[in-house]
Amino acid sequence: MKKKIWVNIAFQVGALVLALLSTTLLLLAAGAPPFQAYAAILKGAFGSAGSLETLLITWSPLLLTTAGVLITFSAGLWNIGVEGQMAMGAIFTTWMLRLLQETSLPPALTIVLGILAGIVGGALWAGLAGALKTFGGVNEIFGGLGLNFVSTALTIYLVFGPWKRPGVGSMSGTEPFDRSLWLPTLPDTELSLWSLTLSLLALVIIIVLLRGTHFGLRLKAVGKNPKSAFLMGVPTWQYSMLAFLLCGALVGLAGAIQVTGVYHRLLPNISSGYGFLGLLVSMLVNYQAVWVAPVAFFFAAVNVGSIQLQLMYKLDSSFSGVMQSLLVLLVLLGEGARQRFLRKH
Amino acid sequence: METNTVIIGLAGVLAAAAPVLFAVIGETITERAGIINLSMNGTILLSAMGGFAVANETGSLLLGFLAGMAIGTLVALLIAFSSITLHVSQVAVGFVLTLLCRDLSYFLGAPYMNIPGPRLPSSLLLNLGPGETSPVVEWLVRLPVVGPLLFRQDLMTFLSILVIFSAWVWIFRTRPGLMLQGIGERPAAAFVRGANVNLMRYVYTAIGGAIIGLAGPTYSLSIKAGWMGTISGLDGIGWIALSITIFGGWNPLRAAFGAYLFALLQWLGLVLQPSLPNIPSQVLQVAPFPLMILTLLLVNISNTEWVERMMAAMPERLRRLIAKLLRALRASPPASLGVPFESE
Repeated sequence: MKKKIWVNIAFQVGALVLALLSTTLLLLAAGAPPFQAYAAILKGAFGSAGSLETLLITWSPLLLTTAGVLITFSAGLWNIGVEGQMAMGAIFTTWMLRLLQETSLPPALTIVLGILAGIVGGALWAGLAGALKTFGGVNEIFGGLGLNFVSTALTIYLVFGPWKRPGVGSMSGTEPFDRSLWLPTLPDTELSLWSLTLSLLALVIIIVLLRGTHFGLRLKAVGKNPKSAFLMGVPTWQYSMLAFLLCGALVGLAGAIQVTGVYHRLLPNISSGYGFLGLLVSMLVNYQAVWVAPVAFFFAAVNVGSIQLQLMYKLDSSFSGVMQSLLVLLVLLGEGARQRFLRKH
Repeated sequence: METNTVIIGLAGVLAAAAPVLFAVIGETITERAGIINLSMNGTILLSAMGGFAVANETGSLLLGFLAGMAIGTLVALLIAFSSITLHVSQVAVGFVLTLLCRDLSYFLGAPYMNIPGPRLPSSLLLNLGPGETSPVVEWLVRLPVVGPLLFRQDLMTFLSILVIFSAWVWIFRTRPGLMLQGIGERPAAAFVRGANVNLMRYVYTAIGGAIIGLAGPTYSLSIKAGWMGTISGLDGIGWIALSITIFGGWNPLRAAFGAYLFALLQWLGLVLQPSLPNIPSQVLQVAPFPLMILTLLLVNISNTEWVERMMAAMPERLRRLIAKLLRALRASPPASLGVPFESE
């Protein structure tokens, strides 16, 4: 048993080393000194109080999207529509804030209602993908993808159309909300403890839900083998729908946080890839919720740190995406190789 | 609208559908063998960038297209290896590869951004060789309607049409094609018949990947010549092609219909733009997506349980009518799509 754990670790370290080796080669190919580049990433992520602040701001939506897709993954569902669900959350939050900002409602209540609207928006959009799957037989991957494009179009339509800035609409988004409608931040920073607390709380709830409750167990049963779960008396499609709704709610919350706590307005690309990144993190942690926080932290650090590469070496910031997906790919392949070749004897 | 504008527009639709067709037919062949290549969206971007970069460095269009095919083949082989040999989830690996290829194309393509490069001649027949064009070509090109619609097209448009029909003939009219259907539907039966299922799956995934890899250079060396990184507007095409593959019911002809329909809708969006000034252009460009979801719904809905139950409760004549309608639209995937095969 002990030996097995070491083999596991060896394969994962091997995948990590291979990933680093490949990215090093890529950096060389792009004409950047690799070691200085890695140092720049580290410094860009942890080097100053300001960068650490950005890191934490990046971390919290990623925690939420990862926690969300963990639920759908547990139910055996590939919720690729997560990007659109996050955008829909942001749209609903913006809508609610616009609706209430002229009224005499206290700002705190307006923010709370805005965030709740975001949660509902995300859940609705996920529910649509779920309904297409459950009642229409449309695979959630394709339903979700289509809905992603629709929500992107809706965001752009709103930013350039009905919600455009006075004068002419632009890619920089809608008119920023009044300061009173911003999530309170720590003094002299842009970091909101509210969003960080909410995200961590959501993650803890999901960990408990998936690992320690009857609901989590049944959900996983549906994911592993829907037929036998159904025969055991688990209402299968209801559980799938619930997984979609829960995931959408969490992801919608991420969208709401981006609007109320980070950008204070609606942007054309408000989901910024956090949804897909959440899918990558879940795969990397092999769907184990307890590992989400550190791995998401690492991914956020790579994202934030890579901005330095652009500034210092004129490298495209997509390097962070290359690093992350390469790592996930090699870990997946390493895990497959381990199971394939070590089980034989 | 003037007739001339319409014909030129439709000719444009045929050309614009070419890369989508490569992607859709390549995916159809791959999925017929039982493998899902979910990496298409990234593969198209990477092959577009790679094809342009190679053509730009070497000055050879042929090498550019070959580079695109090589990239498509490599990515496909990676998926084949991980799913057939390692039994890792095809969807997971395909999805990660989509993101990896996309980001790689942006990262490696940065030096090639917005620079001029070689471009495929816009008409194959008029550029066959140096010197005078032959009178036959002259006559063909000047024919009303079919002249601009067909005979002024470039090489890739012709090739895309050729690919549709060859794929259809191969799958439905040849013996190896029958075996291809077999390894996607019932690999165990095909194995008993003497097919090396896993080897054939490798081969068809690679061939499918090579065809998908033509899509990228068709953009970067012809339709949207050049490499423009994130604003090249290619991000998303692969996902559309995947939905069209399903809409096409894994039949090259029906898939081709879907691809042309999509290109037509996008063109209509552009044409209608001036008369709908209140709608931003980005919105009209995504108009096909809700339609795509709707068609997927129509194609799949008869596979669900509640429809079956509801139909059973309907009066006989209505039931027959609806059943007929749904059957015409229905598409079921190859029975062993995404399922690994073990011979023992």
